[in-house]
Amino acid sequence: MTAAPANDIEFRSVTKRYGSVTAVSDINLAVPKGAFVALLGPSGCGKTTCLRMIGGFEQPSEGTVLIDGREMNGVPPYHRPVNMVFQHYALFPHFDVEQNVAYGLKQARPKLAASEISARARQALEMVRLGGFEKRRIHEMSGGQQQRVALARAIVNKPSVLLLDEPLAALDKKLRTAMQIELQTLQSELGITFVLVTHDQEEALSMSDRVCVMNAGRIVQMAKPQDVYDKPADLFVADFVGKTNRIAATVEADGSTLRLSNGTALAAKSGLKPGVATVALRPEAIELTRQAGKDAAGLAGTVTHRIFLGSTAEYQISVDGLGDFLVTADRRSVQESGLVEPGERVVLTFDPGKMHVFPA
Amino acid sequence: MPLTTDRKRQLTTAALVAPAGLWLFVFLVLPFMAMVVFAFGERAPEGGYQAAFTFAQFANLPSRAAAFWNTMMIAPVGAFLCLIVAYPVAYYLSIKSNPKYRLVLVSLVVVPFWTSLLVRTYAWMYILGSRGIPNLLGMIGIEDVRLLNTPGAVLLGIVYGYLPLMIMPIYVSLEKLDRRLLEASADLGAKPVSTFFRITLPLSLPGVMTGVALVIILLLGEYLIPQLLGGGKVFFIGNALVDLFLQSRNWPSGSAIAVTLVVVVVLVLSVAMHIAWKVSGSRQVELV
Repeated sequence: MTAAPANDIEFRSVTKRYGSVTAVSDINLAVPKGAFVALLGPSGCGKTTCLRMIGGFEQPSEGTVLIDGREMNGVPPYHRPVNMVFQHYALFPHFDVEQNVAYGLKQARPKLAASEISARARQALEMVRLGGFEKRRIHEMSGGQQQRVALARAIVNKPSVLLLDEPLAALDKKLRTAMQIELQTLQSELGITFVLVTHDQEEALSMSDRVCVMNAGRIVQMAKPQDVYDKPADLFVADFVGKTNRIAATVEADGSTLRLSNGTALAAKSGLKPGVATVALRPEAIELTRQAGKDAAGLAGTVTHRIFLGSTAEYQISVDGLGDFLVTADRRSVQESGLVEPGERVVLTFDPGKMHVFPA
Repeated sequence: MPLTTDRKRQLTTAALVAPAGLWLFVFLVLPFMAMVVFAFGERAPEGGYQAAFTFAQFANLPSRAAAFWNTMMIAPVGAFLCLIVAYPVAYYLSIKSNPKYRLVLVSLVVVPFWTSLLVRTYAWMYILGSRGIPNLLGMIGIEDVRLLNTPGAVLLGIVYGYLPLMIMPIYVSLEKLDRRLLEASADLGAKPVSTFFRITLPLSLPGVMTGVALVIILLLGEYLIPQLLGGGKVFFIGNALVDLFLQSRNWPSGSAIAVTLVVVVVLVLSVAMHIAWKVSGSRQVELV
């Protein structure tokens, strides 16, 4: 007897080409059982192609996709133990809600009893809080409701993996937040693996327990959401996930001193490769104070724009000799003196340990 | 006084609709009304129409039962055969063919329309006639095969002549079909055959019904194909109408037949269309 495989999905050196275009290039990926993985990246990065290779709608040009330890090359979608929530839902317009949900159950061989099909379809609809909507036509449902029907239809077959292709993209912000929480709840209730494709970093960070950042057909970083944000693997991740200030700098020969292009020297962590580098710094890692005297340590600059966001405010600051910086300031930190106004002189300070230095 | 926007819009609509509306009124509605009047009249002794009010023409319809019967049998059967041949072609063109060559393939379907149906039907007359296929069969010892002037020949001519009219609407409805629905069906465990019968076919029904309606409507008035390939032995209502109006000059009787035909067609088609739209459901969901 062999032990049950620890991974629900595994990519082994998977490459996918469309003619001369390489959509996915030599990807290795392991999704552990019960994980909620987000494939995150800009459009055209190959994330949807990866999802479609799991679903069986595309076959890898090279390499192998394994589901539950079984090689899936050549296995059509209807023989795979996965189900998908399609972008724009792809609900059957000529069926009512219950018929849509029951569709997968009706395909089961040997056939299930009609009473069981109906009971399980209704149970799935209850899970997505759509009890009582069984006989509605699809076009009578709102976008959010259609989304739930699509979810119910995909989970009714009890797949071992649920694939979600930009499931929340068509919903408005409030509904999206509500669905994010609901998807998380659903996942913990069902205890099955979720693979989510999204270009929305907020969605990826908030819902998944593992984020897989992709760019140009490759996986750039696979880590916990906090780690992707706090320890970006490269400049692309730093830029794509959250907001980032990019500062041109040079690492001096000692491997620990950073010299910014305006001459400021900073003590960074040691062991850096000497030479030209780019520093990434989160806007919220920067402290903003009004310039009191000439002697304040830090980067001096002038506020050019302010975007008030309620609990926080974003400032665009033209730093002397370094160009534009983005700073997010908590309301609390500047409360005594009120919001800083455009045109005011300010000093930016930050913990050098919060800098991420990437060699050019 | 300046025109309001609403008034302007109404005038624009009227201007756009007027030419076609006028045309249809003068050449369709008026003649049809005249036919309804004729249908209740009598044949003048010298031929034509003579005012009267009688149901005699309708009572006399059974005398043309053969033409009705032929039309009512051969038109649906012909349309059905067209459908059987056309659906796979439309399916291939819209779903299976390489999009790069799709336009070329679709135009190949339309190319025969560039030649007159009359010429093409004459060609079939020759092919099916004694110097055509029967002659070839005779060479290998199969004698006395008669193809021309049979219902089979008429059906063949119908399928041949009307095929593009059936292919195009089906092609359009399959082309519009959201491919993700087919993927969703496969994802949910449906094998291709099941996907076809439960998703593809129901959702292409509007196209199928349009094609069937188009072919049946045109076939009900068909005159040429039964005349040439049926040799007067397979008599359609169209042939009966020509006979009544032009040969025996019995306008009232011809009108009664024509009016009856129109009524039957409208009834049958509206029921059929209603069913098709019901089955295929609303398409509004595509707008999401």
